Amino acid sequence: MNLQKILEKHAFQKDHLIEILIDLQNEKTYKFVTEEEVSLIADALKVPVSHVCGVMSFYTLLSFDERGKYIIQVCKDVPCYLNDDFNVLTTIEKALDISCGDTSKDQFFTLEQTACLGCCDEAPAMRINNKVYTKLTKAKVLRILEEYKEGILC
Amino acid sequence: MLEKRILTQRFNKYDGLSIRQYIDLDGFKALEKAFSMSSQQIIEEIKLSQLTGRGGAGFPTYIKMQAMLNETRDKYLVCNADEGEPGHFKDRHLIEKDPYQLIEGMVISAYAVGANKGYIYVRGEYNNAIQQLEKTIKIATTKGYLGNHICDSDFSFELVVRRGAGAYVCGEEFALMESIEGKPGRTRVKPPFPTEKGIFDYPTLINNVETFCNLPTIIEHGGEHYSTIGSNHAKGTKLICLSGNVKHKGLYEVPYGTSINDVISELGGGTANDIPIQMVQIGGACGPIIPPRLLNMDIDNEAFEIFDAKMGAGAIIVIDENYDLFEIVLRNMQFFLHESCGKCAPCREGHIQIVKLLQKFVNYQATHKDYVSLQSLAEVIHTTTLCGLGQTSPTSVISTMTYFKEAYDKRINQQNKE
Ligand SMILES: Cc1cc2nc3c(=O)[nH]c(=O)nc-3n(C[C@H](O)[C@H](O)[C@H](O)COP(=O)(O)O)c2cc1C
Ligand code: SF4
Ligand code: FES
Repeated sequence: MNLQKILEKHAFQKDHLIEILIDLQNEKTYKFVTEEEVSLIADALKVPVSHVCGVMSFYTLLSFDERGKYIIQVCKDVPCYLNDDFNVLTTIEKALDISCGDTSKDQFFTLEQTACLGCCDEAPAMRINNKVYTKLTKAKVLRILEEYKEGILC
Repeated sequence: MLEKRILTQRFNKYDGLSIRQYIDLDGFKALEKAFSMSSQQIIEEIKLSQLTGRGGAGFPTYIKMQAMLNETRDKYLVCNADEGEPGHFKDRHLIEKDPYQLIEGMVISAYAVGANKGYIYVRGEYNNAIQQLEKTIKIATTKGYLGNHICDSDFSFELVVRRGAGAYVCGEEFALMESIEGKPGRTRVKPPFPTEKGIFDYPTLINNVETFCNLPTIIEHGGEHYSTIGSNHAKGTKLICLSGNVKHKGLYEVPYGTSINDVISELGGGTANDIPIQMVQIGGACGPIIPPRLLNMDIDNEAFEIFDAKMGAGAIIVIDENYDLFEIVLRNMQFFLHESCGKCAPCREGHIQIVKLLQKFVNYQATHKDYVSLQSLAEVIHTTTLCGLGQTSPTSVISTMTYFKEAYDKRINQQNKE
C-alpha cells in the first residue's frame, strides 16, 4: 500500500494521523518515515508540518531514522529484570556484535530496549517486529536470532 | 479456594473468536436483559454493585455514568486498553481470551449512557490483542451485536480500535483522548472532567478494560448479588498480575479482601528455591515497595491509603533477597524519566536528577546530602505535577525511604568507610 492508499483508507481524517503513520511505517522494510512523507501527510490532512513532526517525535514507536529489517526490543522493566538470569540484552549484543540502539551493518537487525511488554507472567520477554517472544533462555535467544538470519522466522 | 473466577470464567473454554461459542457459554445474556431495562435502572444496578474503576484510581463507576446520562449532546465511550504500567498484563488476557465479554460490557455501558460511538485504545505493542479485537468487532457487527439497531432495538453503537504508538502516559485519560484526536499525548488541566468535555470536547465516558468486563455479570445477576462478593471496602473480584521472583507467575482472579500474602504463597507458590522475600512492589512502577511484614494486608485501595497510594491496577511484583533495592528503584525511575511527557518542569527535569542520585546509591557513592536531595525531589515531583504520572512516580522512592531507611543509611555509611 502506498501513502495515497493509506490516506484514503483513513478518509484523510486528521484524528487518524497516528494510525496513518503506523501503517506507513509498517509498510516499509526499514520502518521509518521521511520528511517528504511528513509534508505530504500534512498537506493531505490540512494540518501544519510542525504538528506531524510533533507527533513523530512524541511517540516511541515512530521513527525518522532508517532501522533494521527486524527491530529487536528487549524489555527493560523490573519484572523481566527479576527473571533475567543470563542478561538478554548483552547476549544479543555479543551475538550480533552491536550495541543497544544500533543497527547491524547489513541493516538486518536493530537492537533497542522497550518498556514492559505486558508479558511479565512469562518473563523475560522481547519483541521482534510484531512478534513477542517469552520465557527466554540463552539458548532460545540465540536460536531465535539464527532462525531470523536463516529466514525460518520472519 | 482462594480464586473466584467471574471475569475469567470463559478463559480457555473457547478460542476467543467464535461468537457462537461465546453465546453457548451464556454470552450476551446480560445485554439482552439490559435492553429490557431503562438507562436509569442499569445505572442503579451498577450503583448497588459498588463497582469501582479497575484502571488504578478506583473511582465509583456509576458516578461517571450518571454524569454522562445527564448530558444531552453527542457522547463517546472509550475503553482504556493502554496497559503500560510495568507488571500488568490483565487487560491483554481479557482481550485475547474473551474479547466478546469486553464488547458486551461496552455495549451495555453505551446503551445506559446513550453513547453511539466508542473507541478501544490499545497500546501499539499489543499486536495480538489488536488483531483479536478487529476480528471480533467485525464478527459482532455482522451478528447484530454492534452497529445499527443492536439486537433489533432502537440503539446503535459503532466501535473502533485505535492503536497507541509507544507512550505510557497515554494511559492517563486526557492524554489518551488527545492521542485519539491524533495529537501528542499530553494531558489537559482538569476540571472540566471527561464526562463534560472529552474527545473533541464532547462528553466522554472512559473506563478500563476490566471495569467494562464487570458489567455483564452485574447486569445478569444484579448489583446486590455482586456486592456480596469482596470485602467491607471493595466489592467484586480483582484480577491480580503476579510476577517477579515467584514460582507460579500469572494472572489470578480473587475477591477483594484477599491478602497479598495468600496470593503470593498459595497462588504463586512462594519464591523459587524458598529464598526469603525482601520486598514486594504493589501496583507497578508507580506503586509502593513494602516489606514482608506488611503482606497480610488486603488488596483493596482503602488499605493502601497508609502509603498515600492506591493498590493500583493489580500488579504484585515479588522481589527476593538476591536483588539490590536501589537497582529496582533506579529502574522504576528510569522508566518515568523516559515516559514523562515533558509538560511540567518538576517531572521533566526532576526525574533526570532522581536517576543521577539513585545511580550514586547503586554505585556506593551516595552521601547524606544526596539522601536529603532525593527525599525533597521526590516530594516536589509528587506534590507539584499536573497528572498522575508525576504525582505517583516517586512512590517507590518515598515508600522505600519509609520502610527500608536502614538500607539507605547502610549504603551511605559503607561509602564513608571506603
Ligand atoms: C500515567 C498514567 C497512566 C495510566 N495508565 C492507565 C492504563 O494503562 N489503563 C487504564 O485503564 N488506566 C490508566 N490510567 C488511569 C486513567 O487515567 C483512568 O483513571 C482510567 O482509565 C479510568 O478508568 P476506570 O475508572 O475504569 O479505572 C493511567 C493514569 C495515569 C496517570
Ligand atoms: S506530570 Fe509528567 S507526564 Fe504528567 S503532565 Fe506533567 S510532565 Fe507530563
Ligand atoms: S516487565 Fe517485561 S514484559 Fe513486563
